Amino acid sequence: MEKINKMTKGTVAGIIANLVFVEVDGPVQQNEICYIDLEGTKLMAEVIKVNGTQAYVQVFESTRGLKVNHTVEFTGHMLEVTLGPGILSKNYDGLQNDLDKMDGVFLKRGEHTNPLEDDKKWEYKPIAKVGDVLEAGGWIGEVKENWMPHKIMVPFKFEGKYTVKSVTKAGEYTIHDTMAVVTDEKGKEINLTMIQKWPVKLAVKAYKEKPRPFKLLETGVRVIDTLNPIAEGGTGFIPGPFGTGKTVLQHALSKQAEADMIIVAACGERANEVVEIFTEFPELDDPRTGRKLMERTTIIANTSNMPVAAREASVYTAMTLGEYYRAMGLKVLLLADSTSRWAQALREMSNRMEELPGQDAFPMDLPAIISNFYSRAGFTYLNNGESGSITFIGTVSPAGGNLKEPVTESTKKAARCFYALSQQRADSKRYPAIDALESYSKYAEYPELQDYFRKNIDPDWPEKIALARDILIRSREVSEQINILGDDGVPVEYHNRFWKGEVIDFVICQQDAFDEVDRSASLDRQKYMLNRVLDIYHTNFSFESFEDVGTYFKRMINSMKQMNYAVYESDKYHDSEKELNSIIEERKTA
Amino acid sequence: METKAFQKIYTKITQITKATCSLKATGIGYEEMAIVHGRLAQVVKIMGEDVTLQIFSGTEGIPTNAEVVFLGRPPVLKVGEELSGRFFDAYGDPIDGRPAIEGEERQIGGPSVNPVRRKQPSEFIPTGIAGIDLNNALVTGQKIPFFADPDQPYNEIMAMVALRADADKIILGGMGLTNDDYLYYKNVFENAGALDRIISFVNTTENPPVERILVPDMALTAAEYFAVDKKQKVLVLLTDMTLYADALSIVSNRMDQIPSKDSMPGSLYSDLAKIYEKAVQFPDGGSITIIAVTTLSGGDITHAIPDNTGYITEGQLFLRKDTDIGKVVVDPFRSLSRLKQLVIGSKTRPDHPQVMNAAIRLYADAANAKTKQENGFDLTDYDERTLNFAKDYSNKLLAIDVNVEVDQMLETTWNLFGEHFSQVEVGIKQEFVDKHWPTENSSEV
Ligand SMILES: Nc1ncnc2c1ncn2[C@@H]1O[C@H](COP(=O)(O)OP(=O)(O)OP(=O)(O)O)[C@@H](O)[C@H]1O
Ligand SMILES: [Mg+2]
Repeated sequence: MEKINKMTKGTVAGIIANLVFVEVDGPVQQNEICYIDLEGTKLMAEVIKVNGTQAYVQVFESTRGLKVNHTVEFTGHMLEVTLGPGILSKNYDGLQNDLDKMDGVFLKRGEHTNPLEDDKKWEYKPIAKVGDVLEAGGWIGEVKENWMPHKIMVPFKFEGKYTVKSVTKAGEYTIHDTMAVVTDEKGKEINLTMIQKWPVKLAVKAYKEKPRPFKLLETGVRVIDTLNPIAEGGTGFIPGPFGTGKTVLQHALSKQAEADMIIVAACGERANEVVEIFTEFPELDDPRTGRKLMERTTIIANTSNMPVAAREASVYTAMTLGEYYRAMGLKVLLLADSTSRWAQALREMSNRMEELPGQDAFPMDLPAIISNFYSRAGFTYLNNGESGSITFIGTVSPAGGNLKEPVTESTKKAARCFYALSQQRADSKRYPAIDALESYSKYAEYPELQDYFRKNIDPDWPEKIALARDILIRSREVSEQINILGDDGVPVEYHNRFWKGEVIDFVICQQDAFDEVDRSASLDRQKYMLNRVLDIYHTNFSFESFEDVGTYFKRMINSMKQMNYAVYESDKYHDSEKELNSIIEERKTA
Repeated sequence: METKAFQKIYTKITQITKATCSLKATGIGYEEMAIVHGRLAQVVKIMGEDVTLQIFSGTEGIPTNAEVVFLGRPPVLKVGEELSGRFFDAYGDPIDGRPAIEGEERQIGGPSVNPVRRKQPSEFIPTGIAGIDLNNALVTGQKIPFFADPDQPYNEIMAMVALRADADKIILGGMGLTNDDYLYYKNVFENAGALDRIISFVNTTENPPVERILVPDMALTAAEYFAVDKKQKVLVLLTDMTLYADALSIVSNRMDQIPSKDSMPGSLYSDLAKIYEKAVQFPDGGSITIIAVTTLSGGDITHAIPDNTGYITEGQLFLRKDTDIGKVVVDPFRSLSRLKQLVIGSKTRPDHPQVMNAAIRLYADAANAKTKQENGFDLTDYDERTLNFAKDYSNKLLAIDVNVEVDQMLETTWNLFGEHFSQVEVGIKQEFVDKHWPTENSSEV
């Protein structure tokens, strides 16, 4: 990165909403951050285009009252986040301001707060030894952040190799203390503290390689894990009309998924939904660690009423925090709700700049922007042989609920899992409203993942999943015929086939996100249940008339739902299973 | 509005369009207000010395030598207790023949509440309407619109809800109200003896449509004064937000912006969110609840206005004429209050969630039976019973003319269950059935 010696200055020459034209007196870089001085209030802005001596900047705050000739100071760097211990459990805005440190009820323009704590002491333990040769992202030591080992690293911006000259001994230090001294290839000494900065728009590349994902990321949601599994380090997206359950599903994932750290980016959605996390997560237990969920969670809140330009920044800020924790060898789950709001922010700015519009007035390069962002997720092997991952799942809010719109289509090209929420399922309260058949996981077809399933779950798991999908497809087909021909216009066997699909729908696909037990199912439990429903599929039952079929299967479904609601292998669970077995015996034929 | 000594006055307009005037001026702040030829205007663009003003009431008849006075401030509202009982236009000027109020000037369209200073909404707002209280309970700090066809009595329903809700202040933001509807609201509030807790900002169909753009911000600035400064429970009624959005599209169209879906501006989502997100619950008891109306055209909720609204609000209340009973009902399938979980069963009786779900499920079975019937298939005995249940349920509960307490709604539903179904068919937790199943009925168990 070039060092600019004398900071460039400028003056405001024009204003259209949050697009400001600045006449500059020196060099500026694309995406450079500047501060506009509105009579003492410093408005943060980002360069998005340069034309001669005029820089076009998008202001992250309201420009009300701004005047021509107000002065502007450029900073010489792009939008950066500060990385160091203290990020966990924080509530940040899209620009990494700590919301809890802000004064008053209302957000004030130009108020920027410290994302970390200057004076807090951290319990430090060195990892590197004198003489070690490290690269960017190399671990020099660690502190305990909540319960997590937080690695102190050679800053990502460092190029080349660095030799450790001295390491600070174990003890309590602040983020600004020197934790190690390293020398670069020319022998220059550099002091390393616990913190570093990184520009959010650039991907952190401090790892050795990014293999194809090959492990399952357990989410506890059956219709995902069993039928449309997502891989650790994978990408997925959840499109759906309003009110179909995108946010409820993401909140469920943030509570249950097998990850070390969760980053929730509330991007242009409701403030009350963020308040729900603030309120509940400090109370809820993380079943894997027994600690509170908030201890592994960081929230980036840029809700719909907060400055529009910062929505874009918010998803990049979230991704960069994820990359930082991934470089510590952790499993990160990143959730963004909703990426459509970010795309809309891009659209507003593109229109203001009078760029040639693409479909639905979105910018032409929207697909490239989206796929570039998704590509930052992934499973990585670090330079020291450890591994870390970012699994990313975004929601998409398609206009009019129609999936043939630019954001959905661009995202479909970038993300490997597709979790389509259906209005019809939501209307009939079949939650989660994921349409198991419309949805897909490309990972389910990866040989790496199939091997993983065979080894870790069941030797025939891929075949079983395929069969379950098949049963659902056939059930849907006959249900259409029954609708056309009438209940008694089709053979009884059709009803049987229809209900065998309904068993899978009710017992595997549907899951109560608000029930203490049912909301999360272990892989073991999912395997057991899938085997049970496939057994039922393979069993022949005898029926005299179509009216018996529905009633009978409803009873079976009811016992299995009771099993889902009961603690795994508890007495209640076994009682319901006994009930199920005796129902099966009633009509079972050889 | 008077001109004051320090205000800058210009008399040379360089460009006039349908919505805007431009002139050369210096030292002008973005979004500053001005008076052009006696009409209120706001700065929407500054390019060097060229300043473009949007004239809210249109540019018809404005000459190039018109007087332009910059006011040196963004749009403001004077706030104070004296707002109570008063009627204002979109600019915050009185229309009730009484003098302007003295009070502190507040900028309208101010900043957002820091999300960490909010509290999770938790206070139930009973309205007496079962389609709302029973199936879609409202909570203070919520934002929710009625989705209604233009011929439905949404203004009457809003007025009724407002008067029954236990609010310290009711603030009406009327956009494109017909004069008759405006007078209707005025009368209803007067007759209810509630005028002292009502404040109205009204743009009628007789006023220029673009002025409407100011109404929600005026109403919500007043709301924030009472909710934040006075810690009061404020209910804001916004009717009709479709006409507000139409005004936005007129402006963006006249300013040659690229339209997105349904010729709405690309910023529609953000514009609407800025309004609706003013709904808030504060920890100290103050709150702003927003109930709005979004009129639909032909029931189409995929149109950009209801669609964007649905993505922003916490549910919607869908009004529908039930032809079987000839009354308007709150449709239980398409309506949703996303915050109801926070109060039902905890602030209301514990059987509430189960009773609600069971009734809706049986009502859905009735809808299926009806389709079967229409397609000429035979109905089973169960089908027949669901149809009878549906009719009673519509009449005694869903119809918007119902006005009872929640406990009564639950009792009525239990009675309908007992009348039409067996306990197994209703499928509610046994402990509730034991407690509430009607005894005087001879239904089989
Ligand atoms: N798994 C579920 N179990 C039970 N209810 C659910 C479930 N998912 C969604 N719901 C119901 O649907 C409502 C809307 O869900 P949610 O807020 O997640 O929708 P959304 O898709 O995020 O909508 P929007 O696009 O408007 O943000 C919830 O308030 C809840 O009542
Ligand atoms: Mg949502």
